[in-house]
Amino acid sequence: MKKRTEPLGSSGLSGQGPPQLDPRLVATSSGHIGPSNGSPPASTPVLEARGVVKRYGHVEAMRGTDFAMYAGEVVALVGDNGAGKSTLIKILSGALQPDAGEILYEGRRVSMPTPIAARRLGIETVYQDLALANVLDPAANLFMGRELLRKGVLGKLGFTDKREMRRQTADAFEGLGINIAAATRSVAALSGGQRQGVAVARAVTWASKVVFLDEPTAALAAMQTANVLELVRRVADNGLAVALISHDLPQVLEVADRIEVLRLGRRVARFSRADASADALLAAMTGALVQKDEEL
Amino acid sequence: MSPATASSHETSGAPPERDALGVGGTPRRARAQSLVLRMSQYHTLAVAVVLVLLIVFFTIENSSAFFTISNFRNVSLDASATMLLAVGLTFLMISGGIDLSVGSVVVFASVVSAKAMEGLPDTLGTALLGLLVALAGGFAWGLVNGVLIAKGRLSPLIVTLGTLGAAEGLGNIISGGADLRTIPPSLTTGLGIGRFLGVPYLLYITFGLTLIAGIVLAKTRFGAHTYAIGANEEAARRAGIRVDLHRISLYTMTGLLAGLTAYLLNAYFGTTTITGHSTDNLEAITAVLLGGVSLYGGTGNMIGSVIGVFIPAVLLNGFTIINVSSFWQEVAVGFVLIGAVGLDRIRRRHLESP
Repeated sequence: MKKRTEPLGSSGLSGQGPPQLDPRLVATSSGHIGPSNGSPPASTPVLEARGVVKRYGHVEAMRGTDFAMYAGEVVALVGDNGAGKSTLIKILSGALQPDAGEILYEGRRVSMPTPIAARRLGIETVYQDLALANVLDPAANLFMGRELLRKGVLGKLGFTDKREMRRQTADAFEGLGINIAAATRSVAALSGGQRQGVAVARAVTWASKVVFLDEPTAALAAMQTANVLELVRRVADNGLAVALISHDLPQVLEVADRIEVLRLGRRVARFSRADASADALLAAMTGALVQKDEEL
Repeated sequence: MSPATASSHETSGAPPERDALGVGGTPRRARAQSLVLRMSQYHTLAVAVVLVLLIVFFTIENSSAFFTISNFRNVSLDASATMLLAVGLTFLMISGGIDLSVGSVVVFASVVSAKAMEGLPDTLGTALLGLLVALAGGFAWGLVNGVLIAKGRLSPLIVTLGTLGAAEGLGNIISGGADLRTIPPSLTTGLGIGRFLGVPYLLYITFGLTLIAGIVLAKTRFGAHTYAIGANEEAARRAGIRVDLHRISLYTMTGLLAGLTAYLLNAYFGTTTITGHSTDNLEAITAVLLGGVSLYGGTGNMIGSVIGVFIPAVLLNGFTIINVSSFWQEVAVGFVLIGAVGLDRIRRRHLESP
């Protein structure tokens, strides 16, 4: 499917403000345009996938998928099991390599051979399993692999500055409204929501551009979920591009500025929050609704 | 647990009602959990108390023989034979690895080192050559272990069980199965039994290195990565830690320490001690576990391992002095070990099902 490379529309960031029609669209497409297609904001996407293909043997997990993320915006990625959500996020965070298609970072074509390469671009991922070291304290988790060294000779010898790491960890928690005592000695002593908070705080601390969250609330109780969603919102409000994978449609409708629907390895629909409904999302996920290519 | 420490944990445990990110377990459950965590955090203190109690007990039983400088020197020398192996295993086991081959590597390194010095004049150069060869022998086996485990993705238990046999076998082939007495005499009189301020050189070397290793483990990035890998290898990988390289360096370091141990023992005894190392691995692992390193990785510290090395040494020495069969030492160590690992198991269960 041939894609328009320019972003649609000229609506403000975060899907706020009334979406406006792009005059070029009105001229070129046949009545399918309109705010209901969840047009992205009129800026260059921070991160964009175009025509991404990923095969596992003979199985095509991604069949020419497009996806775009914008600063200050929460975009939800929804789809049935096997739709390719996790595969797409893994490709965009360097954990998997696409077989075809391209990835654009701030409009430039990039390759991300490893998660570490993605991290250098300011892209962080909160994995479903959180990837926390339970027996270590929150600061050790936040700074894992990126330990701060002391100044001077001791730093040259590899001595870490634990006090500074604890201080910055406390600052990060405070900034995100995560209530975790500084003296906590192991992450295992925390509740599920707090651990999610540690994982999100770690991603946000290091992400300068993009944060991916894979089912961040799957294992949480209702109240914890609400807190994590609030946290996700705050992260986007701080100017990061946030992508959220979720099965929970009411949750998606609550927190996302835009919603992109994957089905069988393709993007089949895009919605802005205002125009999405659980029914429409479900229809798109199951194949009952397919937006025309020009709309996507 | 004193009431003071228990209540201080209440404040750090983030009670649910102040919990911005959702509700944790019930307060009662959190408290029970924190008590066990507290206990495990004081594991080092607990084993230190055990060691002090042992010393007090043997002193009361026979102070004139036990509580003397020369006896402390003897106990420390006994302990020092295991100490460096325990240092390597402390790092390895915190990282989630293990090495069964250390005793065999000691045999191999001592044999090749003695062989290298065979027939050479009794000079410093010969002694240094012997040192280099011993270290190289240990390094080589450590590298083999590390590469097979980290790159070959083989079980550390199996790989080091294999090199346990291979290293000892090769050592016996090279030595012809009999101990080599080709250690230069001045190496024994100098390094082996020499003293400074009444303390044997061997103790300075052994415990000096242990101190440095303890600082590296507790204070440096290398140590932090060791804990991270043991606590969650996948998370460490995703965090950009070069896990394979780190594992290889840990096994290699352990091999080097086994090589050094071999050299020091050669110097001390003036001969190789081929048949004396079949349980070195178990003694070192026991010491590390006693000291609070978890079999599952991620926790523990060097002070614990030092205490863990001394508990069996003090027991053996004390039983001998008070005329109790030294076999009781093995019985006692066995039960202390089971107690220590049991505590670790309880802690783990609470960590994994919060």
